Amino acid sequence: MAEAVGRPMDRIDGRAKITGAARYAVEHQPARLAHAALVMSTIARGRIVELDTREAERTAGVVAVLSHHNAARLPAARKMASNPATRELQLLQDDRVLYANQPIAVVVADTPEAADEGAQLVRAHYAVEPAEVSLERRREQAFTPQHAARPDQKPDSGHGDAEAGLQQAEVRIEQTYLTPAETHNPMEPHGTVAVWEGPERLTLYDATQGIFGDRERVAGLLGLRAENVRVISSYLGGGFGSKGPTWSHVVLAAMAARHVKRPVKLALARPQMFGPIGYRAPTRQTVALGARRDGTLTAVRHDTIAQTSSFDEFMEPCGMAARMLYACPNIATTHRLVRGDVGTPSYMRAPGWAPGTFALECAMDELAVALGMDPLQLRIKNHADSDPETGRPWSSKGLLECYRLGARRFGWSGRPSAPRSLHDGSTLIGWGLATSVYPAHRTASAARVRLQADGRVIVEAGTQDLGTGTYTVMTQIAADALGVPVSRVTMRLGDTQLPKTPVSGGSQTVASTGSAVHDAARSLREMLVGLALVDQRSPLCGAAPEAVVVEDGRMSLRDTPARGESFEALLARHGRQEVEANAEARPGPEHDQWAMYAFGAQFAEVRVDADLGTIRVSRMVGAFEAGRIVNAKTARSQLIGGMVWGIGLALHERTVMDERLGRPVNNNLAEYHVPVNADVPAIDIAWVDGNDPLVSAIGAKGIGEIGITGAGAAIANAVFHATGRRVRTLPITPDTLL
Amino acid sequence: MRPFQYTRARDVAGAVSAAAAPEARFLAGGTNLVDLMKNGVERPARLIDITRLPLGTIEERGDGGVRIGATVRNTDAANHPLVRGRYPVLSEALLSGASPQLRNMATMGGNLLQRTRCPYFYDATFAECNKRAPGSGCAARHGVARMHAILGASEACIATHPSDMAVALAALDAAVRVTGPAGDRTLALADFYRLPGDSPERDTDLRPGELITAIDVPALDFARRSRYLKIRDRASYAFALVSVAAVLDLDGGGVIRAARVALGGVAHAPWRLPEAERRLIGQRAGEAAYRTLADALVRDARPLPDNAFKVVLARRSIVRALTAAAAMRV
Repeated sequence: MAEAVGRPMDRIDGRAKITGAARYAVEHQPARLAHAALVMSTIARGRIVELDTREAERTAGVVAVLSHHNAARLPAARKMASNPATRELQLLQDDRVLYANQPIAVVVADTPEAADEGAQLVRAHYAVEPAEVSLERRREQAFTPQHAARPDQKPDSGHGDAEAGLQQAEVRIEQTYLTPAETHNPMEPHGTVAVWEGPERLTLYDATQGIFGDRERVAGLLGLRAENVRVISSYLGGGFGSKGPTWSHVVLAAMAARHVKRPVKLALARPQMFGPIGYRAPTRQTVALGARRDGTLTAVRHDTIAQTSSFDEFMEPCGMAARMLYACPNIATTHRLVRGDVGTPSYMRAPGWAPGTFALECAMDELAVALGMDPLQLRIKNHADSDPETGRPWSSKGLLECYRLGARRFGWSGRPSAPRSLHDGSTLIGWGLATSVYPAHRTASAARVRLQADGRVIVEAGTQDLGTGTYTVMTQIAADALGVPVSRVTMRLGDTQLPKTPVSGGSQTVASTGSAVHDAARSLREMLVGLALVDQRSPLCGAAPEAVVVEDGRMSLRDTPARGESFEALLARHGRQEVEANAEARPGPEHDQWAMYAFGAQFAEVRVDADLGTIRVSRMVGAFEAGRIVNAKTARSQLIGGMVWGIGLALHERTVMDERLGRPVNNNLAEYHVPVNADVPAIDIAWVDGNDPLVSAIGAKGIGEIGITGAGAAIANAVFHATGRRVRTLPITPDTLL
Repeated sequence: MRPFQYTRARDVAGAVSAAAAPEARFLAGGTNLVDLMKNGVERPARLIDITRLPLGTIEERGDGGVRIGATVRNTDAANHPLVRGRYPVLSEALLSGASPQLRNMATMGGNLLQRTRCPYFYDATFAECNKRAPGSGCAARHGVARMHAILGASEACIATHPSDMAVALAALDAAVRVTGPAGDRTLALADFYRLPGDSPERDTDLRPGELITAIDVPALDFARRSRYLKIRDRASYAFALVSVAAVLDLDGGGVIRAARVALGGVAHAPWRLPEAERRLIGQRAGEAAYRTLADALVRDARPLPDNAFKVVLARRSIVRALTAAAAMRV
């Protein structure tokens, strides 16, 4: 039986999605359902002096209007979260407005139309206070964050003496790079259906990447026992980090449902997603590099200032790559925050690593220019053979192969070094590259695998499928580990009644939950083989366990394949309806002994109209090493998706704020630009075959985020090569090149 | 959204009489109106669906011009042999607008009547917008104005008209046929749109209750040599930073017999300067001549810091579009 893992298997849930059978969170329609619409603040800072809800309440179909006047008081609501992954929420507890697009009322009605109409008729009168939404104007008030996004992301780092390293350098560059606020725009807006099953028992159908975190947070805020809250997230239309933490609307849906004593559905409208559900923080990053004439780095300094809200902390960890990407004796990084009257920023695909590699990898390109050295050679020259900061060995690292593989596929060796040397009529052509990197995260996860009498296998793990292929890859992993064809396996996920799993974030699902599924399936296999070996009626009785192979649901002796029996035969003889095994898989001490990262190299070609400034990415090559690739098809899609987002990072995405009014002005998909098909060239994806058993039993490192890292820099570097213009502020729009 | 009454008009007269009711709006493709209703910018009490009216044909007229019915879908007009063959600039302009899905729904009349994409207009929760709430002020003047007008704006309003199609129609000297309570009339496209002045709430010179029935594109033999150039922040589905409709008539020796250039993305209406176009007559086609016209077209530009780039971009785009038109084999 051929292994399922590695194959380009089609998505198991593809048909359900195409036919509409897959039910997303807000497609659940419990009986007596009421519909909620949010009213959002239209100022960035102040107090609500008067909230006129009379007209809304008179609207036909409106059932209730919740506001700070009548919403249930939640004693836990204002507490600063001790867990950095949670966010402080705005739950109608007082009259304060802390940012534009903050929920200030909830209109509940019999129909969504009536709820929306009611919400438009709520009139808020404010005592407006001066607001500041600009990072730049608060730069002097930067402070050191107290709450890192992850425990392994301390704000400052240093080894060696970066200043001395810069002094010693024969060539130095120091530049500042600005990246804008970017708003997640998953195809599926956030939404929740809240159903109270009793006074103390709540079910949420929620578009969340983290059902267990959601359960804890909602239970904590509403004063419920966590086991009395059930969260279901069967399908997601993308999340990209924005559905990781629990945001205000989730709790507001539950509050509204309790208030009207009916199930309540609350779906965000697209404009309502600009502020209250996280976004990528704007950053100002200064990178200084020092090198000897031969390109050897003598110093790396990466200082980041990022924005956070006035009431909570989120640190965009841009400096992480600088700590580990290149061999250098002197590395220093800092992270500072400035407060703004804005919603709290949060995780967006490769938080920190995406904007951070933009700055670092553009700086490397600038250094290569200053040295007169090929940028690929500069990177190879400074390849780190162990983690420069900790000295730990890499669990595995295929970066040099990625450089070679990518360069060959792209044809990098034919690149003339001087900018503006390639053109096609009045179109300037440029080639750029950058290194991609993302940590191989893993956290504890449980899973259960059950064999039924009919030979079918049920795999259960809480987890979530963002649309990335979790259903499919878990099926493949379980099938191989147990020794059955994938067609017999059914994956169940997205329910807190299933074994506990971590958030689908940090590219960790395969390494974390995949390991648990693998371990549970292995354990079940051992139980079944063990049962046969001591069963006098089994043809395998008395055989040594290591002599047994399992293929296609049949156990047999490796050397005498005729001697064996199927799982079903074994269960039938024992009168068992089912046999199940549970596993709890957690990262071992090796995660503290080795440095674990996925790596890659990206190459981009751009075509720039010299007169009009328009930029088209005409080719991209991404070569990656991410351990074992579980599904060649979904992996390719994930990596392409990341690189497409890199095109957006470089050329399109920006949440535009009116700084006088403190409000976003491009809060829709017509004006908030992400790449459309016409912006995306053929993207060539390749990977180096790998297998990293130190990261996880399945040898996989995770590929959800690495595709966007480096992509922005590869494109920006290509724009420089095409035009001779170094644009250090994203996005690079036509007007910046005129 | 405010609840509304929906009626489907059976004939043009019925549509016009239904529109006499208070707070009535004609509904065609709905790609803009329904959006505005969701945002609360438009709150009609009654929608009169005109998509079943017999206004969905494209016909050649006796004089060689083409009449395009008001409810013809943008996609159908763009791909119609008469349009593609005789007015490439119009086909290109239509195809550069919106997305295929929107073009499949949007009608010709509706395209003309698109409202501005100024964010302070489009989002009714912004307090200041003279176009939406006369007298309330102009937030764009003090706010984000990158997409806004550099020509013909007023203190009251710096909005731009978002249509690509209208820019091509302006270059083609098209006319808009309307019918209404006071009968039928025809407005030259040049007279159809208004500059904002003191009453930016009025985009056009349509009178209350008037219905667009057709667009007449005149016979213009040399319009086969015409191009539409749209500069935008991404390759598709984006409004113009600047756009140019260029129509060029050359004699066999490369001398300009006529040139027509309309600019989009720069003003409250498609922007043309016929007297500057006339100065090109008799000049040799080439960058020098095109630059003269380009400079003239933006001479009166009054940009804001956010959109000063449009002056340079417009100038270069005009030269590029005329160059492209001259290069056509017709």
